[in-house]
Amino acid sequence: MEKREPFFWLTISCGGIILAFIVLPLFDMMTTPSLSMLKETLNDRDVVRSIWLSMYTAAAAALISFVLGTPLAYLLARTHFRGKRWVESIIDLPIVIPHPVVGIAILSVAGKNHWLGQVLSDLGVQIMGSVTGIITVLTFVGLPFYINTVKAGFEGISPRLEKVSRSLGASMSRTVFRIAFPLTRRSMTIGLIMCMARAISEFGAVVIVAYHPMIAPVMIYERFESYGLKYSQPVAVWLVMVCLCLFLLLRILTLRKAREA
Amino acid sequence: MIRVENLNLRLLDFRLKDIHLTVEENEFFALMGPTGAGKTVLLEAIAGLIPVRSGRVWVDNSDVTGLPPEKRGVGIVYQDHALFPHQTVLQNILYGLHFQREPKSESERRRDRLIDLLRLSHLLNRFPTHLSGGEKQRVALARALMAGPKVLLLDEPLSALDPNFREEVRDSLKDLHHSSDTTFLMVTHDFADALFLAQRAALIHEGRIEQSGETMELFRRPNSLFAAEFVGMKNIFPATFHGTTARVGELAIEMGTAPKGSMRYLSVRPEDVVISREPTSRNGATIFQGEIKRVVDHGFYLSVSIKTGGLVFQSVMPKNAFLDADPKNWTAVYVQVRPSTLHAF
Repeated sequence: MEKREPFFWLTISCGGIILAFIVLPLFDMMTTPSLSMLKETLNDRDVVRSIWLSMYTAAAAALISFVLGTPLAYLLARTHFRGKRWVESIIDLPIVIPHPVVGIAILSVAGKNHWLGQVLSDLGVQIMGSVTGIITVLTFVGLPFYINTVKAGFEGISPRLEKVSRSLGASMSRTVFRIAFPLTRRSMTIGLIMCMARAISEFGAVVIVAYHPMIAPVMIYERFESYGLKYSQPVAVWLVMVCLCLFLLLRILTLRKAREA
Repeated sequence: MIRVENLNLRLLDFRLKDIHLTVEENEFFALMGPTGAGKTVLLEAIAGLIPVRSGRVWVDNSDVTGLPPEKRGVGIVYQDHALFPHQTVLQNILYGLHFQREPKSESERRRDRLIDLLRLSHLLNRFPTHLSGGEKQRVALARALMAGPKVLLLDEPLSALDPNFREEVRDSLKDLHHSSDTTFLMVTHDFADALFLAQRAALIHEGRIEQSGETMELFRRPNSLFAAEFVGMKNIFPATFHGTTARVGELAIEMGTAPKGSMRYLSVRPEDVVISREPTSRNGATIFQGEIKRVVDHGFYLSVSIKTGGLVFQSVMPKNAFLDADPKNWTAVYVQVRPSTLHAF
């Protein structure tokens, strides 16, 4: 039998530890609540409402990221300008900033003491304690995931395809819609899923901006604080199920792309 | 027709400097130069894909300098084909029609002619990933010509192809040029391609046009040391000129006519250096006795270095030129150079 090098056993050991680290707590949490408890939780209208709220606010954040982020991702992938690195760093900021800080930062500009908050208030837009506030926060934290994924997608397309399209009579906008967008469709889908998954899992920033209406992570926190682990687990299980479905979709798409490549 | 006047542009660290170039109507023109010389940049500037800093670009007597690429009537075909991977061959070919207003019958006639000329009828429903290099390049040509450009720019269209496809696409290019009223400007590294396809050519070096003229003239009569080395003049010697005689080292070489102006170098192509075992001079050729120093076997031909009068001449000859004789075994030989093949610059 072939003798394995020590490095092989090191990779196996590290891999095993990491997998156990991820799977064990999740598996334990998923299997602890009984089926009757899970069913009962699903009959709780507040739970369903919070999961639904999580879903659609995350979807709204992904949609906003798609509309605003796609042109920016294209610009960053196709142009070189002074300060581009700065712009890219700014886009990555929501990833590195502690989540409660994001909530405080958004509140500080959305409050009535700030001119922007005043303008929003005059327009009838309320951020604090509203669905709009939740969507704002989720967009803030999800945008970098969408933009970075789609930017990488645009960078993967040879600029020559677009140059040829222009030489064949297509304007820049027609070229983008006929060539760049169709070829980035998969990256956009993956970006949307990444953005949405990230948004669904957000807690720290939302809890500051909008404790109510309650999204699922806030409800899990509230149940844990008020009733303990046992009552928070079933809600967590349902939320994890939703997240798993999203990531499963992401993996299927990514694997299919790798196979095609 | 393409006319480039005093064109200057800057792209990161690279600059095109004072480019003047004229390609006549319906002409096939070759642009040659080493890697990084600015050939592709110049093509893209003509196509409007790179903004120019100063200068003008004219296409068919219209100043297109300020026009976007889609309004210039300039098609471009890249070395890597740049076919749209999400579209079939037919969709690729017809892409340009989405943005044109012309009678359907007219475009259908052109489509059928191009598909026929480029032998694409069996490929129309395939996607680019399922095509060979030669097929891809033929599709790229059909797509560019389908849009009816006044000018077609070809960026090394043959260099990514293997030898069999290369000849096939080269023939297709010649046919296309003959059968269309489009002006072709082709970037190439390959001398054979330039000689086969182009009536005239220009040599570009470090962002400047070094020389332009008849293609054969460029190979026979380079006007600078760079041009001479680039076009494969293997025999370039510093020389002094006295009337019709060039003095190179210990040799006095008869040139037939006295060179005009002050020249510094004498050159002769290796194909024009004839080796013989007998001192028989033909066509007034100067003849020297020499000694073979090195023979390199290139498969179908030999390159031979002959030392004479303190100089080393390079010659090439077909491998079977001497039938049963092997030049590797020769020591004393005669080198002949005809006056008409000598070039001073």
